[in-house]
Amino acid sequence: MDTREVKAIIEALLFAAETPLKSEKLSEILGLERGMITALLRELVQESESAGHGFLLCSVAEGYQYRSRPEYAEWIRRLGHHRPFRFSRAALETLAIIAYRQPVTRAEIEYLRGVESGAVVKTLMEKRLVKILGKKEIAGRPLIYGTTRDFLEFFGLRDLSGLPTLRDFSELAPDALEGMLPLADEDSSVAPIETTE
Amino acid sequence: MSCEISIDKFEGPLDLLLHLIRKEEMDIYEIEIAQITRQYLDFIDAMQSLNLDIAGEYLVMAATLLQIKSRMLLPVHEEEILEEEELDPRAELIRRLLEYQRYKDAALTFAALPQLDRDIFLATPQVAEVGNEEGPELEPVSLYALVEAFRDLLKKAPKDFVHEVTAEHLSVTERIQTILNLLQQRPQLPFSELVPVPLVRSEVVVMFLAMLELVKMSLIKIYQNQRCHEIWLAPAVSMDDETVAVREESFGYA
Repeated sequence: MDTREVKAIIEALLFAAETPLKSEKLSEILGLERGMITALLRELVQESESAGHGFLLCSVAEGYQYRSRPEYAEWIRRLGHHRPFRFSRAALETLAIIAYRQPVTRAEIEYLRGVESGAVVKTLMEKRLVKILGKKEIAGRPLIYGTTRDFLEFFGLRDLSGLPTLRDFSELAPDALEGMLPLADEDSSVAPIETTE
Repeated sequence: MSCEISIDKFEGPLDLLLHLIRKEEMDIYEIEIAQITRQYLDFIDAMQSLNLDIAGEYLVMAATLLQIKSRMLLPVHEEEILEEEELDPRAELIRRLLEYQRYKDAALTFAALPQLDRDIFLATPQVAEVGNEEGPELEPVSLYALVEAFRDLLKKAPKDFVHEVTAEHLSVTERIQTILNLLQQRPQLPFSELVPVPLVRSEVVVMFLAMLELVKMSLIKIYQNQRCHEIWLAPAVSMDDETVAVREESFGYA
């Protein structure tokens, strides 16, 4: 099996896969070293970028996936096959809070938004963008929420570090908050998470 | 001071406060608590006057604002300044507002990110199967989204949405006069000729009443050739110059 063939097989696998394929998975299937696979994947990504096709090989949700080029979105919409999920403002706000503050309890979400948010969280869970990560080891053991792999895939993010940076207080207004209450930012009291995946 | 209800959607009391602060071009770090509280309460009043239930969260915020306002009126003792970590009664609120603003902005950023099945598409559209229900997406909306929708509807509605309903004036006296006039020209009159075609229920009723009144006044006679046939009206007295000096009210139909 020469390199060219391996690359072709990887392409075929990515083409047929339903979800982004991780390099581990590819190396397991092909019986080849991960380092080699990663290098080949990188080559494939570069090639797809320069090839000028209507699709790209992208690194999303810690894996690799072929996706249409964003600039051709309008044409694909004309197919009429896809129904985009329309977010309400409440849903986006809640999703943003969960994404940036995870693991986060519903009470924390509601404190930040100032409104009851149970229904929105439920909607996001139904859309599989948000999941229950476990329970927080505090009184009442409230559920803690976080984003899913589908969330990364949905927004085309490689991992959570790819989230757009959240504007800081300091950017909103310099120095003015000096001496104000420190924000209970880190949820250091979070219990070890029973991952549900 | 009146409060215009903004058509903006408010996602909650924090959202509303941010809106009011922006509208008043206030510095968020120097919120004029008295002014903002008044505006906030005006808004809630306006909502109530629209018969909307104010969500509890809004009332909690109203209480918080009033509490901050009253604390700002109290003199601060110097020793308290040393003890109190939090000098400004507004600090907590400001922090919450800023924090909320962050996530509000983040929500906008999220909305702008390329999304699957909106901007980016896959060979196997798996996200489509996530939302596979038929019909448009239904999402829980806030009360304010409803208010907005309602106001939009009102805007679209033609201005003179209400049409005036005037009571049609049906005068028995007038019909009596009509009958008498007709009977001056003809010796006999079928009832069917007195009512309009097509039949209008109210006209029939008024004309029938006029006929009965005339009978009661012994001015006409009525008869039928057969049961359920045409009613014939004929004068019971000489019809020359017959006028009836009756007033509408005397019949008691008004």
